[in-house]
Amino acid sequence: MSNKTITIDDIEVPFEEGQTIMDAALAAEIYIPHLCHKPGLSPHGSCKLCTVDVDGRAVSACTLPAAEGQRIDNNTPALNEVRKTITQMLFIEGNHLCPSCEKSGDCTLQAMAYHLGMLDGHFPQFYPQRELDASHPTLVLDRDRCILCELCVRASREYDGKDVFAISGRNTNRQLIVNSATGRLADSDIETDDMAAHICPVGAILIKDHGYEIPIGRRTFDLHSVAESDLGEIKLSNVRHHDE
Amino acid sequence: MSNNKNLRRIAVDPVTRVEGHGKITLLLDEQNHVREARFHIVEFRGFEKFIQGRPYWEVPYFVQRLCGICPVSHHLAAAKAVDQLVGVDALTPTSTKLRKLLHFGQTLQSHALHFFHLSSPDLLFGFGSNLEHRNIVGVIEDFPDLALKGVRLRKFGQQVIEVISGKRIHGAATVPGGMNKALTIEERDRLLADINDVLIWAQDAVALNEKIHTEHPENHGFARLNSNYLSMVGADGKLELYHGGLRASRPDGSKIFDQYDYRGYTHIIREEVRSWSYMKFPYLTELGRENGWYRVGPLARINNCDYISTALAEAARKRFVAFGNGGFVHDTLAYHWARMIEVLHSAESIHELLLDPEILGTDLVVKGEKREEGIGVIEAPRGTLFHHYTVNEDGTIKKANLIVSTTSNNQAMNESVRSVANEYLDGNEITEGLLNHLEVAIRAYDPCLSCATHALGKMPLEIELIDAAGEAIDRMSKASNGSIKRTL
Repeated sequence: MSNKTITIDDIEVPFEEGQTIMDAALAAEIYIPHLCHKPGLSPHGSCKLCTVDVDGRAVSACTLPAAEGQRIDNNTPALNEVRKTITQMLFIEGNHLCPSCEKSGDCTLQAMAYHLGMLDGHFPQFYPQRELDASHPTLVLDRDRCILCELCVRASREYDGKDVFAISGRNTNRQLIVNSATGRLADSDIETDDMAAHICPVGAILIKDHGYEIPIGRRTFDLHSVAESDLGEIKLSNVRHHDE
Repeated sequence: MSNNKNLRRIAVDPVTRVEGHGKITLLLDEQNHVREARFHIVEFRGFEKFIQGRPYWEVPYFVQRLCGICPVSHHLAAAKAVDQLVGVDALTPTSTKLRKLLHFGQTLQSHALHFFHLSSPDLLFGFGSNLEHRNIVGVIEDFPDLALKGVRLRKFGQQVIEVISGKRIHGAATVPGGMNKALTIEERDRLLADINDVLIWAQDAVALNEKIHTEHPENHGFARLNSNYLSMVGADGKLELYHGGLRASRPDGSKIFDQYDYRGYTHIIREEVRSWSYMKFPYLTELGRENGWYRVGPLARINNCDYISTALAEAARKRFVAFGNGGFVHDTLAYHWARMIEVLHSAESIHELLLDPEILGTDLVVKGEKREEGIGVIEAPRGTLFHHYTVNEDGTIKKANLIVSTTSNNQAMNESVRSVANEYLDGNEITEGLLNHLEVAIRAYDPCLSCATHALGKMPLEIELIDAAGEAIDRMSKASNGSIKRTL
């Protein structure tokens, strides 16, 4: 056990060499809001929700290694306000139709919005034109909901040992693409049991012919807040790397 | 504008609300008789278009957002179509009963809302009574017991919906080939605890409407139309709201068709598009475009059915039939009476279903072989509701066609408006009486726009009278606070 510590919101938190601030916080059951982070997959730092204040500097908790003596502000009104704004931008940049979405109640983005007290999109909707790919016999790729967190990209590479997804394009043209000759999911090597098929936090990748099977009141975020859910999550302790 | 240059034009135009309202244009001839009434639907929803390309299992959840008052109807009609898409023609007995229970809860709450919250002020205070008092608040002040019963009836219907779908509005209940949740004993008992009160309130509601209609002869001819009727009936001709065959009748009660499998609806119903309204005009193919219009909803169903399976509602129906001397009742305001008979039938049916041991079953989903086409039809509170979908090989929606209940009553509403306008239009003058009576005529049909336009008796309107030369000769507007002023 290491004697090294950091301080998060005035609480002293131990850490091991090599851990990020996020790793140390989760181990100490301190919740730092996040969407693109999943224990067991390499940190990505793209959603910026885990932005914390380290000795006066704004950084991503999921990518910055913990270092002895760091003083970190996390659960502050100012930071949560910024996180709410980021969440609003994620909503308006895609087409998130919660009322009819089968992921409603199980969606981490939606749960995050509730967690941060988001009541509207604030910004004008982008209404981007995005393509739905239903070519695969058992999976649907609905880009309307994609928040470009790259969890599927990393799960496919690092856990499934494949390379099915990537992000392509710049700025508002960024989108999730499929690594196949035709660009269609049907022509990729993704399979129903792959982690990449199940990891999407917002329902951009879904199992076909299923939906709305869990009654209202028993869905993930009917039972737990996003903080409870992420802290209680079973960590992917036996992550296989495709090069192992 | 009218194509006929000899006609004057009067427009009744809501000015502030952005959805759920209509606009009325009256086309006059030289003698100031209303030759044609056009009830424009100026809102455009576009559901049929934007569900194209979406996965088929999403559809019941998408389309229930069409409405906040009867979302369950759209949910169930679409779910019935989706059952067919996954090759399921019959659900498990428990799932069928759960869906029926959900549907009866929906019919009960929607009908109660319409009568007590929207229409009772007109019927209790009179069509031309003080606007500031002619609303639900006025009903609460003058008839507190009645208002409370109305609120509680609706609440019970919503509780039924909540128990089955998880929410009072826009819940989640159906999955392809079944339902997503069994009913627990505790949930059933919670509903049973209130059912006796609900049955009493429903009987009172029927008695009140029966009294209002039979004791006001002036109401009988108001907006009355000798029309054809379309509704679903059970296998033996009983009143059926969830699943059955289609029956259409002529005004004299003779049948145009009966026990028609609704999956062939395109052979018996066509839809005409007219340039001045977003709402289509369906008609019975056999009778043609001119004469094939028909009415749907409570009046159509109570006229069309041979009997009602529950005792109290059947007794009420028999009194209704006696009022019509054994023939059909064509009085437009009898819609309200028929609606309350259905409230009673819904309450009795909910009671029966809750006492049925199968309602607690846990066998909820049936699987089948996928098909390319699914058609679901249901008797929604406002009438026969058609949902028709075809899917691509990848499971996305290729095409959708919806004939919603209010659409079927489109021509009938125009005819009723024309009839009332002829009676109350006074020369070149737009009067408050005309305004009030037009609203009452439209509201009898409980069109799905009524909720948004008259929730508290504050429907904003503008009426404009334009002569044959195109000059505005009179204009009157009613603000949302109920004040009326001439603005020309």
